[in-house]
Formats: sequence, C-alpha cells, structure tokens
Amino acid sequence: MTEPAYLPFPPGSQPPYAVPSYGSTARRAPHQPLVAVVPTIECSGPVFSPAQFPAGIDAGLDLSRDAGGEALGERIIVAGRVTDEADRPVANAMIELWQANAAGRYHHDRDTHDAPLDPHFHGAGRVFTGDDGRYRFVSIKPGAYPWRNHANAWRPNHIHFSLFGASWGARLVTQMYFPGDPLLAIDPIYQAVPDPAARARLVAAFDLELTRPEWALGYRFDIVLRGLHATPLEGAR
Amino acid sequence: MRAVTASQTIGPFWHSLAEPALADLTRGGAAGPRLQLAGRVLDGDGAPVGDACVEIWQATPLASPVFSGWGRCATDAQGGFAFTTLAPDAAAPYLAVAIFARGLVKPLWTRVYFADPGDPLLASLPATRRQTLLARPEEAGWRWDVRLQGDGETVFLAL
Repeated sequence: MTEPAYLPFPPGSQPPYAVPSYGSTARRAPHQPLVAVVPTIECSGPVFSPAQFPAGIDAGLDLSRDAGGEALGERIIVAGRVTDEADRPVANAMIELWQANAAGRYHHDRDTHDAPLDPHFHGAGRVFTGDDGRYRFVSIKPGAYPWRNHANAWRPNHIHFSLFGASWGARLVTQMYFPGDPLLAIDPIYQAVPDPAARARLVAAFDLELTRPEWALGYRFDIVLRGLHATPLEGAR
Repeated sequence: MRAVTASQTIGPFWHSLAEPALADLTRGGAAGPRLQLAGRVLDGDGAPVGDACVEIWQATPLASPVFSGWGRCATDAQGGFAFTTLAPDAAAPYLAVAIFARGLVKPLWTRVYFADPGDPLLASLPATRRQTLLARPEEAGWRWDVRLQGDGETVFLAL
C-alpha cells in the first residue's frame, strides 16, 4: 500500500529553528517539538500565472533597469533548474526575488543603512520556470550590508528566493549566495545549515557559458523542492 | 536522490512582494460564503511580530480562475494580519498556514480550524494545545492568534 508523501529531510540539510548566533531566533523559534501530521490539503497547492499579479511590482525578468534607466552595479544573469528530489523538473514554479542594490541598500522603508538608493533599481520581481524546470533573470550583483546582529556584522551578498512548487509542502524561501564571499564563513544565517555540503549548494556557481560577452556575468543556481513520492506507508492507520 | 535546498530566513525586507490585495482571496469575484480571519503573531515575550509573512492555502472550494485558494498578508506593527476568503468545505474546515519572518530560518507550518469534525490531528493533541489551532468566532469574523514561543505556543507541524 503506497500513497504520495513527503520524504524526510536528510540530516543536517535544513537549519534548526533555534540558532544561538542569530539573535532574532531567540524569541521566535518554537520551544515545543513539531507535531507530525499526515499531509492532506498540504499535498495540493496554488497554481500561479504571471497574469494573476497586480501591477506595481517590477514583473519583468530584467531587474537591472527600472524607471527608464540602467541600475548601477555589476550586471548578472542568474539561471538554473528547479527539480524535486528525484530530479524531476518542476514546471511553472513561481519564483519571487528580492535583493539589495549594488550599494547594499534595499528599496524598503525600514532599511536604514547609510548607503545610496538607486532610482533605477527596485530589486524585486517574479519569474516562472518552463516545462523543463528552467528559469532565468537578469539583475545586478547585490552589495553586502551591515545588520547589527553582533559587533561589525555584515550579510554576505545574496539574492532572496521564494518558490512555490507542485504542492504546499514544497514551499521554499531561501537565499542565493556568491562564490568566494569572505563573509560566508562568519554569517550566522548561512552557517545555520549544519551540513557543509547543503550550505555549499546555496552558493551559485560562476558559469562562463552563461556569461554574455561584453555584457554580464553568469551564475547558475539550481534548486531542489520537496516532491510527493510514492512511499511505503509504515503500518496501517 | 537529491537533498532539498536549505531554507533561509525571509528577512525583514521582503515587502515588495506583499501586495495588500493578496490578503483578499475573493478579489477575483469568487462567489460563495465569505470567511473573515484576523489575528496577531506574537513572539516568546508576547511582543508583536511586525515583519512576518503569513500565508494561507485551502484546497476547497476548488481553485478556479477567480479563486486561487492562496493568500498572503504582511503583519502590521501590532503583529496583526487579516484575510478575506471563502469558507472551506465542512468536511475539512481548516486552512493550511505558513509563517515566515526574520528570526525564522525556515517556515512554521500550521493549520487553523473553524470546526472539529473529528479531525485526526486535533484528536492527537492534548486539549490545551488543540485550542491553539481553533479560531474563535467573533462578531466580525474569526479570530486566531499565533504564539511563536512560550505560554500558549501554537502547535507547529512537521510535514
């Protein structure tokens, strides 16, 4: 007897809720153990299309130009594949993106970092994967910024990714980092993932083939979402 | 098999994706009995969580071009959120909920129930914990507060 279910996460591949070096977890991480549940409505999920979203957000695939001009910074192309654990492509996955500008400042009321805003960079948008699970967008490399978690704390360069897969339980919010960033080794959020290999998969790979001559550097970032798998049930319920 | 990509926090600066319209699931003109759900997200000190992203998903009524079944609401300075949606079917009278916030390196999964038709999850919980998943009827709709930690901590789920 089998029915579709989520596979458990491999040990160390996901961060714990309580991360002592990340101060904001202290009053927000639950203390009680999670309660195991047999997913029901969680096995389905929303299906999105670009037409569903109201105007007012930069809906294009190119974040490197806005309000009639080019954003300052190092232009980048980010592309990759979204699959499940069995390497099956996730088609029509909605990916939401947001990031700081090249100076390390978000287009956000509550960002008080003393760095300039860029009138030509809003830094947020949505893209969808194709039938082969592939996505692509153009942006500029985000800057590092200070975040007051501890003395002289700086976040490494990163782009925020929010993904909707084939079911509710596939929902993922994560961050893409850049290779060679010296801040990764001392970043509590990146280091919250216990398994070094799982951490390393959050770092995009520089890709010369994706790089467009005389125009932009290419970075490849593949993402794996939870899928529903036919798994033997342990005992009848 | 490949390991699922590690989760990271949504952080405090995600609001460019928080269009207020997304909290009204009936905005496309969906017909049917309305359900109003409002509440607050509170931390371990009982302080409001003013930068959380609360998302809901419901499998019924079935999604259609005028009803996606999904909503998102950014909490306000008091930790408050509010959704307008269609009432889910009586056979499964609950919504799936995911909470993202600064200080949460991965989502908190839970459910909010509007009745208990003998649900196996509710039946598995002691009474004091069960009530953290039950919305309370009020004059203007349903009320459901989320306590991330400590006294009255909401039941969070492992999917």
